[in-house]
Amino acid sequence: MKRRIPLIICFSIGILMIIQFMIPHPISSEFGSTVNKWYIVLAAFALVLAIGNLIRHHSTKIRRKNTNWPYSIVTLASMVAMSIIGFAGGVDPKSLYQTIYLNVLAPLGSTMFALLAYYMASAAYRSFRARSLEATLLLAAAFIVMIGFMPFGQYISPRLPAFAEWIMKVPNMASQRGIMFGVAFGSIATALKIILGIERSWLGGKK
Amino acid sequence: MAFLLLIFSIAPPTNITAIDKPNDAGSAIVIKWGLSEDDEAIEKYVIFRSTLPDTMREKIGSIIRGNNSFEDDNTDDKKQYIYIVAAVKDDATFYSTPSDIVQSSPQFFNTGRTNILVCILVFIILLVFFVQRARMGKKLFVRKIPGLDAVEEAVGRATEMGKPILYVPGLGDIDWTATIASMNILGEVAKKIARYDTPIIVANRWSVVYTVSKEVVREAFIEEGRPDKFKEDYVRYLTEAQFGFAAAVNGIMLREQPATNFFIGRFWAESLIMAETGTQTGAIQIAGSDSVLQLPFFVASCDYTLIGEELYAASAYLSHEPLLMGSLKAQDYGKLIVFVILILFTLLSFFDIDLLHLLGVQ
Repeated sequence: MKRRIPLIICFSIGILMIIQFMIPHPISSEFGSTVNKWYIVLAAFALVLAIGNLIRHHSTKIRRKNTNWPYSIVTLASMVAMSIIGFAGGVDPKSLYQTIYLNVLAPLGSTMFALLAYYMASAAYRSFRARSLEATLLLAAAFIVMIGFMPFGQYISPRLPAFAEWIMKVPNMASQRGIMFGVAFGSIATALKIILGIERSWLGGKK
Repeated sequence: MAFLLLIFSIAPPTNITAIDKPNDAGSAIVIKWGLSEDDEAIEKYVIFRSTLPDTMREKIGSIIRGNNSFEDDNTDDKKQYIYIVAAVKDDATFYSTPSDIVQSSPQFFNTGRTNILVCILVFIILLVFFVQRARMGKKLFVRKIPGLDAVEEAVGRATEMGKPILYVPGLGDIDWTATIASMNILGEVAKKIARYDTPIIVANRWSVVYTVSKEVVREAFIEEGRPDKFKEDYVRYLTEAQFGFAAAVNGIMLREQPATNFFIGRFWAESLIMAETGTQTGAIQIAGSDSVLQLPFFVASCDYTLIGEELYAASAYLSHEPLLMGSLKAQDYGKLIVFVILILFTLLSFFDIDLLHLLGVQ
């Protein structure tokens, strides 16, 4: 029964949502929006559990004085401080909450994003070493595309930018679309397998 | 004066048609007209509406010259309307004849989505057929997927080294199919982990994904008969912030030094930041995503990458369950049908035949 009920709910809601997708009538869209509201309510409950997990994990780390435990104090203190500031002063554009968010959290996020440039260089170095036929082809294609898209590419040969664009538009796009077809079928298959109860890994197994 | 009016007279729009907007939830009418013969001389077309039985005209909108349609998306399904379109030049307005009486209404089937319905039905037929074949015990061939064959080795390596396994189910919420596929793979990976008694860290960005992955891991331990080995701390919620999450995962990789990293699900710009950090810690890495833009990063940084559909095939491949293997075959035959249709349409296009138009597909 513990597994049958989730399977019945999954099947009924799954089928209803497919039907809802096909019907533009307001009754149907009302149903769709009700289901979405339910999802938001469920997500709110899940958030309580998730925050509980975060607090439990870090407080255990502090209590046991695990490696790098002071970082856990920073995490918990930041979470509590932001919650108090948010509840007490609101989250309006001029509030302290927004000021901290825009001046501390957003720049930290941007810093992480900026690191991508360095990681890209190290990954490119490793991938472009011509150790096999595939890696050599990758290196050649990347070299042509990079040079072709640079301003001085056309000084080397006026045909180079057009060739670089052809690589991006024809072989590259064709392979991307091939992957996308597979992804589309995989998505439909996964959805149908779960709705029809064939796929039960999310419930822990086949029984 | 009369002479001037005669010289500057503008031909009004013609053939005004007003129809209920098809495939919608009601409250919308589409108005079409033939362009004024003096279209290039006018400034714009103004659309007027009369609500019956009252014949008073109200202006509901305008559109610049050269356009011959307008959508009135503010109608009452219970009322009847008549439309007039006027060509406007300077202060002079030249009215068309009125349209027929029209009324908006909601539809019960979106004909524009018939192709999707047909695809779903064909796919269900294929799915049922191949699942039945699998049930009858027919052997179904599935090609080798190195990334999935390496899962056993990756879990074994972590066990030998006495280090944990890190599993990141992507940064997409539970409504992403890739996240759902990742949950299916997590179930299979967690079963192996329960068997080997290796610690796992499942890092989650969304609260709903956190609760689902926790249940998946717990159920996998129960399935393997080792519920006592499951620890609450195996599944963790980190943060919803995209780069905050990437920083937290990097922190886990650097501090706890997992022997194996799984990055399976939907990823965005943070994919390379996490995968490169994993490479630097010397972990064996298995990635899988349906995001075409992030796949090259994973291929460059990870030992094995599940490309696109392989992500969706993983659960069947790992569990070797006949019913799931049957569904893989349905997927393959679905692709074959699409491939045949693509070839057919390409060939027809050489002869200037637009089959989509002939079939009335929107």
